[in-house]
Amino acid sequence: VMGAAGSSVSGQPSLLLTCLHICPLPGVGCSSVQQKIYVQLNKTFPCVRLLNATHQIGCQSSVSGDTGVLHVLETETDLDWVLSSGPNPPYVVLMVAEHFNRSTMMKLKGSARVAGVAVVISKAGPAQGFSPHHSCPNQNSGVYSDSYGPELAGCNVTVWNPLGNSLSYEDFRFPIFSLHEGEEADVIRKCFLDHNRGVNGSDPAYPLCAMQLASHMYAVKDTATCMRRNDIQSRFSISPEFVCDALADYNVWSSLKPLNNSGKGHLDGESVVIAATRLDSRSFFWNEAPGGESAVGGFVTLLAAAQALRAVVEDHPPSQNILFTFFQGETFDYIGSSRMVYDMENGKFVIDLDNIHSLVEIGQVALHRNGQLWLHSDPVSRRNSSVRSESTALNLSLSVAEPDVSQPLPPSSFQRFLRARPIPGVVLTDHMSAFSNRYYESLYDDAEYLNVSYPSGLSPEEQLEYVTDTAKTLAEVATLVARSLYKQAGGLDDHLSSINADPKIVTQMLYGFLVQSNNSWFRSLVSPDIVKNLGDPVKMPTWLVQYVLANFTGTLRNLTQTQCKNPEDLEGESKDLYSYFWVQGPVPPNSTQGEGYCVRAPVRLVKAHSPAFELHQYSSRDYSTWTESRWKQIQARIFLVASRDLEMLTLGVGVAVLLVSLVVTYFINSKADLLFSSSRETTSTAY
Amino acid sequence: MPVAVFFGCAFIAFGPALALFVFTIAREPLRVIILIAGAFFWLLSLLLSSLVWFIAVKASNPENVSLQKGLLIFGAVFSVVLQEVFRFAYYRLLRKANEGLAAISEENLSPISVQQMAYVAGLGFGIMSGAFSMINILSDSLGPGTVGIYGDSQYYFITSAFMTMAMTLLHTFWGVVFFDGCEKRRWWVIAAVAALHLLVSGLSFLNPSYEGSLPPAYVIMVLMAAWAFFSSGGSLQTLTQVWMCKKNGVDSS
Repeated sequence: VMGAAGSSVSGQPSLLLTCLHICPLPGVGCSSVQQKIYVQLNKTFPCVRLLNATHQIGCQSSVSGDTGVLHVLETETDLDWVLSSGPNPPYVVLMVAEHFNRSTMMKLKGSARVAGVAVVISKAGPAQGFSPHHSCPNQNSGVYSDSYGPELAGCNVTVWNPLGNSLSYEDFRFPIFSLHEGEEADVIRKCFLDHNRGVNGSDPAYPLCAMQLASHMYAVKDTATCMRRNDIQSRFSISPEFVCDALADYNVWSSLKPLNNSGKGHLDGESVVIAATRLDSRSFFWNEAPGGESAVGGFVTLLAAAQALRAVVEDHPPSQNILFTFFQGETFDYIGSSRMVYDMENGKFVIDLDNIHSLVEIGQVALHRNGQLWLHSDPVSRRNSSVRSESTALNLSLSVAEPDVSQPLPPSSFQRFLRARPIPGVVLTDHMSAFSNRYYESLYDDAEYLNVSYPSGLSPEEQLEYVTDTAKTLAEVATLVARSLYKQAGGLDDHLSSINADPKIVTQMLYGFLVQSNNSWFRSLVSPDIVKNLGDPVKMPTWLVQYVLANFTGTLRNLTQTQCKNPEDLEGESKDLYSYFWVQGPVPPNSTQGEGYCVRAPVRLVKAHSPAFELHQYSSRDYSTWTESRWKQIQARIFLVASRDLEMLTLGVGVAVLLVSLVVTYFINSKADLLFSSSRETTSTAY
Repeated sequence: MPVAVFFGCAFIAFGPALALFVFTIAREPLRVIILIAGAFFWLLSLLLSSLVWFIAVKASNPENVSLQKGLLIFGAVFSVVLQEVFRFAYYRLLRKANEGLAAISEENLSPISVQQMAYVAGLGFGIMSGAFSMINILSDSLGPGTVGIYGDSQYYFITSAFMTMAMTLLHTFWGVVFFDGCEKRRWWVIAAVAALHLLVSGLSFLNPSYEGSLPPAYVIMVLMAAWAFFSSGGSLQTLTQVWMCKKNGVDSS
């Protein structure tokens, strides 16, 4: 998942009288009136608004939220109730994930009687597959265009994601939230069953159960508009409030032989094989992107390959260097890779495009059937010296083949490199033509889909160590990749057999990135102050991948913590060649914290920020222009609503009481002397 | 429209108090001062009693529900007793002030009588008590939802407003009766006022069965109105006089 730099903090609704909100029983459990009225839904995920050069996508709500009478969608008649026959519009529709498809959502989108949608996500996805992404991902930002392989552009030859319904790229004017099956979903259903169903087919009576979804987004129209508004804010406002942020994060890269980071631009005599993969994924909802097959499988494989190559790097290094790159933001028109290519073109990276010998990219590899993998290459620029890995696959149970038809490259970071130079390269995947991933860029692309499952009864630590079948197969892929890279970089065949990826490491990584990142192994790899950020599958794994890569490619140094921060003057240490990380280390059984060690590794982070924002070309067609809107408050709650008649009655009674009391008081006041005359003598005495 | 509920409940709860204020108090600065000071005295009594209750709650086990309920009842009783004590204290203060006012006036006559002070003080107590009961609920009535999802009655806002109106008027009448009892040294009157206050307060524990709390409170209010009317110099004769006058006035005009 890519994060927009600095998205928002939640705020409180600013009612004038909220400051007088008294909670009368703080000890017992606050029973203030608000808690009698609202049931807050805490474990919800909203859909947010994203903008690019031409469109806005995602969802929007009004400032304080959209309220609608709750209706549970189970059959077609329910849809008619919401769209035309129900007597109390607008409605908030609660649906299970089966109904969350394009046809239903388009019907709801077009109706004015819908105030919001809540989707209940079950553990397993719909059996037929579900992908809210485009059917032709990153169509306009790849290499195929009218000027380069026009017959291959636009998925004319192969539709990569046939199950894609482009729901993520629609613009909804009502909020859409998701929640998991569990207590909160049951509470909502109970509220609906108790209050919103009419008796014997009649209309349901007030008070009705309603839901309010608030996810007000500040940005509108497109990136150029929101950037212009940001500009105005920063120039004319004392405390500027930006409306959107560009999607930005960091790419992680490392090299087999260290490169001097202070030298930028062309590096004479250096020839590099790039091993690339992507880190990110997305789903329809914000910050929920397990990306098991689409991202995690790939980068775990490359990490394991980097670790496997360590065996030969000391004694028998290959003649060329190998650069491991992990790109962020590839889902959104290749933010990371386009930035790296841009930096290379402009001499801002340690090497430039002329230094690249070839490129191997790891695509989606975790779902291969019968051990069959595929190597895709670009038919337009195919060279004779493309990667030959058939021989290296001999001792493994994998077979690698090239697809029969003259097929374009699948959506991959390699396409951005090809846009700049005709570099030879391949993309390794588990699909020949269309993706084997039936849940591409959706919530269901998770551990379960990859078959990362553990026998019941294992403790978390035992689960961490348990080697799943998926881990074994991915380890074989990693071994294949490592050996191919070694061979491609000029290594000798004799040493190939010593390059083996360790399934134990692969299974630990899969557990950490897909199931639970707060485990003992990850805790030992990261620095002590970052440990608290671990928990559940971590949302933005860039820094975690950095630490894992440092552990795999780095060496322990005998330095103290302060020395580790500033190793400039020490002998044998160089901040130009390496990065220094202070990590916690394994925790001994009798204490809660590890001792702390200094790890030196040639691992670096570079900005993955689209060049469009550097160049201020916010309507650029060449680079990614994706931004994410900012927001203040995102919340969902259910409550009962009273009928309009009762409200008007209350107002009427109030006005009547006021008028009657005014009249009576005036009357009594004017006759006060007469009325209270019996005591007139006593009032004059001075008491 | 939740704003309709807000204004409706606000008018129900504070309508009579507003009317009384506008027509009888707003023109006379001395009465305004006594009103606000009365409100302040009520506030002080609430502060002290809530302090006691708060300490009791914090010192006790929060899990024990019956203990907490018991502490709440104790807190309510203590608060009622303290309010009446402060009402007495305010009476003493006003008596002293009255002497001072008489001394500085030209005719050695106080510009305000004890009955009028009693009425204004009672109204001050009532307005502040009403504000504390109702403001919290009014602010929540502005939101889109109404009470009921946990099974409470959906008429919560309206019944709270009516209860608040009753309490405001009750405090006014109790003020009149209380000061009169103090003037005439009839201590049973003070005891009766305190007892009735405890009764009405205790009735609120019957909520949410509003049939149990609202009608009795209104019955008591009507009885107190009559008692206050008679103790402040009214009588059936004056009432019929005024009624006849009005009738004649209507006939002749």
